[in-house]
Formats: sequence, C-alpha cells, structure tokens
Amino acid sequence: MSDKRLIYLDNNATTPTDPRVVDAMLPFFHNVPGNAASRNHPFGWAAEEAVDYARDQIAKLLDADSREIIFTSGATESDNLALKGVYEMYQKKGDHIITLKTEHKAVLDSCAKIEKMGGKVTYLDVDDKGLVNLIELEKAITDKTILISIMWANNETGVIQPMKEIGEICAKHGVLFMSDATQAVGKIKTHPKELGIHLMAFTAHKMYGPKGVGALFVNRKNPRVKVTAQLDGGGHERGMRSGTLNVPGIVGFGAAAEIARNEMDADAARLSKLRDKLETALHGAMEEVYTNGSKEHRMPHVCNVSFKHVEGEGLMMTFNQEIGVSSGSACTSASLEPSYVLVAYGLGDDLAHSSIRFSLGRFTTDADIDDTIEMVTKGVNHMRDLSPIWEMYKEGVDLDAVVWSEH
Amino acid sequence: MAYSEKVLDHFKNPKNVGTLDKSSKTVGTGLVGAPECGDVMRLQIQVDSASGIIEDAKFKTFGCGSAIASSSLATEWLKGKSIDQALEIDNMTIVEELALPPVKIHCSVLAEDAIKGAIADYKSKNA
Repeated sequence: MSDKRLIYLDNNATTPTDPRVVDAMLPFFHNVPGNAASRNHPFGWAAEEAVDYARDQIAKLLDADSREIIFTSGATESDNLALKGVYEMYQKKGDHIITLKTEHKAVLDSCAKIEKMGGKVTYLDVDDKGLVNLIELEKAITDKTILISIMWANNETGVIQPMKEIGEICAKHGVLFMSDATQAVGKIKTHPKELGIHLMAFTAHKMYGPKGVGALFVNRKNPRVKVTAQLDGGGHERGMRSGTLNVPGIVGFGAAAEIARNEMDADAARLSKLRDKLETALHGAMEEVYTNGSKEHRMPHVCNVSFKHVEGEGLMMTFNQEIGVSSGSACTSASLEPSYVLVAYGLGDDLAHSSIRFSLGRFTTDADIDDTIEMVTKGVNHMRDLSPIWEMYKEGVDLDAVVWSEH
Repeated sequence: MAYSEKVLDHFKNPKNVGTLDKSSKTVGTGLVGAPECGDVMRLQIQVDSASGIIEDAKFKTFGCGSAIASSSLATEWLKGKSIDQALEIDNMTIVEELALPPVKIHCSVLAEDAIKGAIADYKSKNA
C-alpha cells in the first residue's frame, strides 16, 4: 500500500485491531508462553488466569455467565458448531431447523450440510426491508422443529431483526433460538439471556479485536443447552470445542469486549451521524440513488446504497485506489452473481449489481466521509457518462420493455 | 483481484466514448448483454459507404472495468478496418491484449458480440 491516505469503509468485512487491544495481547506471545490447559506449572496457571479474565470481560459485555462462553477460531466455526452441534445433540427430539434466506454463508452452508445428513431446513423469505415475517416464522414451526437460527444484524445491509419477538416465539413453542450476532456484538447492546437467545455466535475481529478468535455463547440454565463437539481432541471448553486455546487472541478478544462495553454507545452515536451525513449527501447529489433495507431497524454504522444504471464493481474501480468498500458481500464478490441478500429483499438483479456497502468504524473520521462523498459522486457520474442504460433512461426509454440479449 | 495496467488505462481514459446517430444509414449499432447480468455494451460503427471502411466507432458500456476496457479497445481496433477485417476480430485477441483473467473472459465475448451486432445492423440497413 502506498503512503497516500487511504479511507477504510469496509468495517463489516473486518475491523482494524484497536491499538489498546494489541498492547494487551503482546505479553502473551513471549512473556507468558504457557498453554492454558497445563495445570501443573506457573506458565500454564498464568495463561489460564489470562483466559479466565478475558472470558469474564466477554461475559460482561453479553450480561452472561463466563461459563457460557465457548472459545472458537471465529464466527464461521461458531455457526458450524451451533447448528451442527444442536442438530446432532437433539435429532432424537426433532430434525427440523428454520432460518432465513439472508443469513451468512456460514449458516446457510451449515444448514445445507445438515440437509445432506438427513435433516430438514426451512429457509424463510424476508420482506423488502430485509425483515423476517413473524407470522410466517411461527407458521413454519412443526413438532419436529428443534432450532430457529436468525442473524442479529445483516452483514451486507446492517438490518436488525426483531430479536425480542423471535425469542418470544421460540419460548412459546419450546424451540431453541440461535443467532449469528457477528455484526452486532460490541456495536450495539447484545444481551442474549434477556431476549431468550440460547446460542449466539460472534467474533473478535468485527469488534476491533484480532482475527482468528471467536466465541459461541451457550445458555447454561433454563434450558441447559448442549452441543455435540465438531472437533475431536482434548475436550477443552467443557467438551464442546477441543484445541489449545489461542491465549494472545483470547486476551485481545477480552480487551476488545471491555473497550466495546465502555465505548460502544459513544461510537454508535458518532458513527450514525456520519453514516447519515454520507447517505444524505449521496442521495442529494445524484438521481436514482436507493438505500437498501430498513433504515429504521439498522446498525448505526452501515449503509448499503444502489446507484441505478451503474455497475458496482466498475464503480468501485473509480475510487478503490483511495477507498475500501464492498460491492455486495466481500465473501462472494469473487463470483459474478449479484448479492443473494439484496435479491432476497426483492431488488432486481440490476439494482443488486449497482450496490455498494459502506461500513464505518471506530477509526472513521469526518474528513474520511467528506472525501468519500466527493469521490463516490465523481465516480458515479463518470460511470453514468459511460453507461448506455443511463443514456436510455435519460431519453425516456422504458428499460423493462427492452429485449436484452441474456448471456 | 488486481487488474492489468492496460485494463486500468482503458478504464480511466476510455477511448471513443459516445453516441452516433443510430437512425443514420451509415451507422451500425450493436447492443448486447443485459442489466440483470451486470453487463450491457453498446458499440456503434460509422462506415464510409464508398470504401466500406469503418471511419468511426463509439461505445458506451455498463459493467465492470474489464467490460469497459474490452469495448474501449474494440472501438480502437475497429477504426480504419473494412467490414470483413472487423468480422475477424476474435475475443481471445482481446483477452490476450488486456491480460483478462478467466472470470472476465465473458467481457471479451460480449465485445465480439457487440462488433458482430453492429456490423449486422449496418448490413441490414444497406442490404
């Protein structure tokens, strides 16, 4: 990367590690070298003590018991462990899981694997704001349903699902409630027990902690939830996840959780103002700009915007030497398919292809947003000058009536 | 994915962006692709009716950098060629010239289709 100032607006892909988190981690690479499972010497004791301390810091952020935090390698592993682990543990009781079409691939692909293993999965639609229909959700429950898995906040749009209402439906029908809360934890209040969530997946690197460490919250009482381990080995983490603990990573995760607990309200207030400024300016500067997903039920730092008649990847190329954003999901942008999340919101493929996700973070400045408004506006105008469908639109051609040659 | 220097150059300074009068008898227009697929290319040629030489070419493209570069390059290559020479432009030559990766080969196919479409339109007007 060059010396010129780069603007990072891809915090939903990953957040920079907070320097205070890095400081907390450093001693645990060399000075405290032990394995937290070494029970018979001071090196192990020191490592175990550090892990316990971090577990408490994370539990406090969730208003949970530290014994309910199972460390993993990240949210993908936590999602896999929760879904497959519940399916294997409870399949005598039932084999049916309900989830949404807009979930992260870690959930959808785990569900696909469960179907291969013989389970049944219902994938519910969302409305044009990206929200679950609670009536449809309740109707989908059968006497074989063991789990409902619904993400807290969507990675592409920041849309927040009605967690309290979903929790009430799960409680009423005695179904376990799992949530992939990767994009929400550390950014907004996420207290699973208060909302009847029994399993919750999240990760350090989306909340200014290090990459490579995540956790699964597993409810311990009323009901006591168990998951079948997906890795065989030494039986760490109450037998649910074997493998030597990533002590420096966990220490960083804990520090990030404590900072988030103290600062997330102030961060959210500042970032929502900046996000609104960006969104308002883009809508004001140009025609045919659309915000995707609910604006009312949305994370404070995210906006997903479509610039009609401009292709997202090409648009990004006009400013990606200076600004880092995503078109659709970073996880799928290597493919040529438009975002399945936006398609599920009912966007036509053309608008889905025109979308850019801006995700702000703790280190985003006012100047970043001012420069972004200028460069994105310039980029959209450049791309529209090049766009034949923009020209046709301006000439009043009915684009829906054009017979396109599909390829 | 990193783009080649040539793609970046065509993307930043596209050649021959614009619109020719599609109702003119000497202009052929090819419009290929679909907004749903993320690529629409419009390529136009103006042919000197006496010599049969393509004297001007213009494009507009909705698409990624590779699609824009492919159509920009195509317009450059078209100018000065006869209709028959233009029909020989092969998508793989575009792929080689721009060093397109496999996932972007469809952009060059689209450019070749747009060339053929523009020529077919010109021929039908002058049949």
